[in-house]
Amino acid sequence: MNAIPASAALQAAPAAPPRPGRDRRDARADRWFRRVLAATVAVVLLALASAALSMLWGGREALQSQGLGFFLSADWNPVENRYGALAPIAGTLATAFVAMALAVPLSFGIAVFLTEVAPRWVRGPVGSAIELLAAIPSIIYGMWGLFVLVPVMTAHVTPWLNAHLGTLPGVGLLFRGPPLGIGVLTAGLVLAIMVVPFITAVMREVFLTVPARLKESAHALGATRWEVCRDVVLPYTRSAVIGGIFLGLGRALGETMAVAFVVGNSVRLTPSLLEPGTTIAALIANDFGEATQTYRSALLLLGFVLFAVTFVVLALARLMLARLARREGA
Amino acid sequence: MNGLAPGTLLWRRQLTNALALAASCLAAVIGLALLAWILWTLVSKGLAGLDWTLFTRDTPPPMAEGGLRNALYGSAVMCGLAILVGAPLGVAAGTWLAEYGGQRRIAIVVRFVNDILLSAPSIVLGLFVYTLLVMHGGGRFSAYAGALALAFIVLPVVLRTTDERLRLVPAQMREAALSLGVPQWKVVVQVLYRSASAGIVTGILLALARISGETAPLLFTAFGNLYWNSDLARPMASVPVVMYQFAGSPYANWQALAWAGALVLAAFVLLTSLVARALLPRRGLIHD
Amino acid sequence: MTDMTLLDRTPAMPLDPVPAPAMPPLATAVPDRPAQADAPVKLAVRGLDFHYRGFHALKGVDMEIPEKRVTALIGPSGCGKSTLLRVFNRIYALYPGQVATGSVLLDGEDILGPRYPLNRLRGKVGMVFQKPVPFPMTIYENVAYAIRHHERLDKAGLDARVEEALRQAALWDEVGDKLGQSALGLSGGQQQRLCIARAVALRPEVLLLDEPTSALDPISTGRIEQLIDDLRSRYTIVIVTHNMQQAARVSDFTAFMYLGELVEHGPTAQLFSNPSKPQTEAYITGRFG
Repeated sequence: MNAIPASAALQAAPAAPPRPGRDRRDARADRWFRRVLAATVAVVLLALASAALSMLWGGREALQSQGLGFFLSADWNPVENRYGALAPIAGTLATAFVAMALAVPLSFGIAVFLTEVAPRWVRGPVGSAIELLAAIPSIIYGMWGLFVLVPVMTAHVTPWLNAHLGTLPGVGLLFRGPPLGIGVLTAGLVLAIMVVPFITAVMREVFLTVPARLKESAHALGATRWEVCRDVVLPYTRSAVIGGIFLGLGRALGETMAVAFVVGNSVRLTPSLLEPGTTIAALIANDFGEATQTYRSALLLLGFVLFAVTFVVLALARLMLARLARREGA
Repeated sequence: MNGLAPGTLLWRRQLTNALALAASCLAAVIGLALLAWILWTLVSKGLAGLDWTLFTRDTPPPMAEGGLRNALYGSAVMCGLAILVGAPLGVAAGTWLAEYGGQRRIAIVVRFVNDILLSAPSIVLGLFVYTLLVMHGGGRFSAYAGALALAFIVLPVVLRTTDERLRLVPAQMREAALSLGVPQWKVVVQVLYRSASAGIVTGILLALARISGETAPLLFTAFGNLYWNSDLARPMASVPVVMYQFAGSPYANWQALAWAGALVLAAFVLLTSLVARALLPRRGLIHD
Repeated sequence: MTDMTLLDRTPAMPLDPVPAPAMPPLATAVPDRPAQADAPVKLAVRGLDFHYRGFHALKGVDMEIPEKRVTALIGPSGCGKSTLLRVFNRIYALYPGQVATGSVLLDGEDILGPRYPLNRLRGKVGMVFQKPVPFPMTIYENVAYAIRHHERLDKAGLDARVEEALRQAALWDEVGDKLGQSALGLSGGQQQRLCIARAVALRPEVLLLDEPTSALDPISTGRIEQLIDDLRSRYTIVIVTHNMQQAARVSDFTAFMYLGELVEHGPTAQLFSNPSKPQTEAYITGRFG
């Protein structure tokens, strides 16, 4: 047992008198600390607002001269200062659509694998491998697409699609094109591979939040593993899964490098997935450096369009994800 | 299948189950196969062009031999600057959110805005800095502009990590420190930061990994430079931009350099990510 | 998605209190204490009302806490005992929307007054929490942390104060030779004693203990109760506990609270053996709570 030493020094010492003025100084320091921090927050808010406005401002010239035709016309002719941006807009949407159509089922499959199917010892390494895919910079995807995927597409895929699907009525329009490997489809493929890790990660994390009790009760009733997935896990996480998909979509819409190498960079509006096309981001990346003043204005306006579209998609994504978080009581 | 009569409901359900699970295994296999394919391409093409001259010689004209020294230098400088500018801002703003913002409406708005910034296309941030610095600065590309564009990517990542990590510190630790009569700013700086430091550093490292591979924001800010340049007020080369220029070109030696650069870049990114995760084992940190 | 933020955690709700088993009246279990009525008043609570988020948590509390004695606050969950404790060092000021009206006099000065400096108050009134929360620093640093802020001492002086505090907390024997180690390596009971050492390092006048042993095993609990016994001669101690036996073992005075009101307050022996209010009797005999 510790006996408190009875030394006079310890017992006699009262609390030392507070340093004069320290309280005021402390209070003042606290106030300044808080102000400085709040100022940095203001910087963040300012950054986003200015980003949006600066592009709109820079693009006003193009907007004034082209009017609504900017969005509706496909006549993109920088030499004659005509800017109808329908082609890059359509290309952006098309590549993103292809990417999501391929990535969502694949991500879902992998997420199910990681949370339901794989034995415990497999989940860690495979999960890390998928995360590794996400860490790779997108330009490397683009390069891989150009050097590896394009030859494969040229040699095998495009001819096959042309021959077998290109001849179908209606849908065939999508699959008719020159035997090149570049185009909207290839770009969509590369984008899909890029986006899979993100969506998988969100889905996996979200699947893991389902309370074990719910799943166990379903199992106890005799449900198969797939049925538990379909009838318990999915409905529970529905909002967040959609949110994750929207996050992936936001990424796909704005991705530059993965697409710039393989999309073909042709500002022409075609219905075919196999023809070269362009996306907003790829067009800006390719042409901005050498553009004239008016051309730059048009590209800035395009940038604003891209920003606005991704803003809406991301806002929706956050909303969906927040719904699940609320339900979790977080 | 368990000796059941085919065609019964139970048999069909089990068949569906088996097919679904097989499909998910297939998905995982495809995913891994793609990863392996990409890594294999990266390593095989990159190793071919990898030797010491990569680090000792600058980018060459087409069809000549050279290295990536100026690009590596440029990337290092601009990434370093971006972290120096973006990380403290991100930590400060994240601290405000965690300590003073709480669940107030303004804090919700700020977090929302930050999330948008986090996931916004990086080319947009490049355009923004272009209009800010280059357009109004007389049309000159510079390393400063490039670093600023990258800083706008670092800021939201670090802000979010700081906010989350600080909020994980138990309320009682704050109260315990405050009840000792220590002012709030000291509590934050001396106790809370120390408690959350591993997480915050991880966030910074992940931000670094991300910006080192970013190309689009640099295209119209730092632009690029085929020669050695250490002047921050002038265009500066960077590895991703060089990769972009060289890989899309028809020259074999340029392409080889691009792949060598890709390998070095990928190795750096993976290494940084691994170090970051080692600091903080659990928690999937991929959100965007 | 894990901890709630600081600003929306409701502080008056204790974490998973262990329910006290039903017990017969404790007439024989209370140790003898000499007459307490003559102790001067250290803390005087007058007409204290407390609101948070529209909820009226404390209703017109009037109470006097005698100096250098141990006063226990008991009552069922949500009765306001922790809330009352947290008024004494105004830790609630951290959360917007929490308001205290009325007055609390410490040695005659109203600590709720706007002029009373918070940091000075907290130098005089120390607090130990339910969950041991050592700072992520060395043991030495944990204890020295607040001293450094409040006083200017040289190394020898600081060393002496750290030793003094650790001795008071009955921890010196165990950690005196490893002060440079991280405090996070200590056991739960040791960590809580470290928190006590941290609180007494500033030589406060009042010690507030908010369910200090509810997160600890029985042996550590016993050591800390012993500690309280040793510390009573130097500090005015107010302890919140949901464990009635603990209150009976440790305190000189006990106050029973219910639904935000002070129901009964008196010498422990008397309150437990002969409560004057029916609610008090119902609580201590385990009929509710």
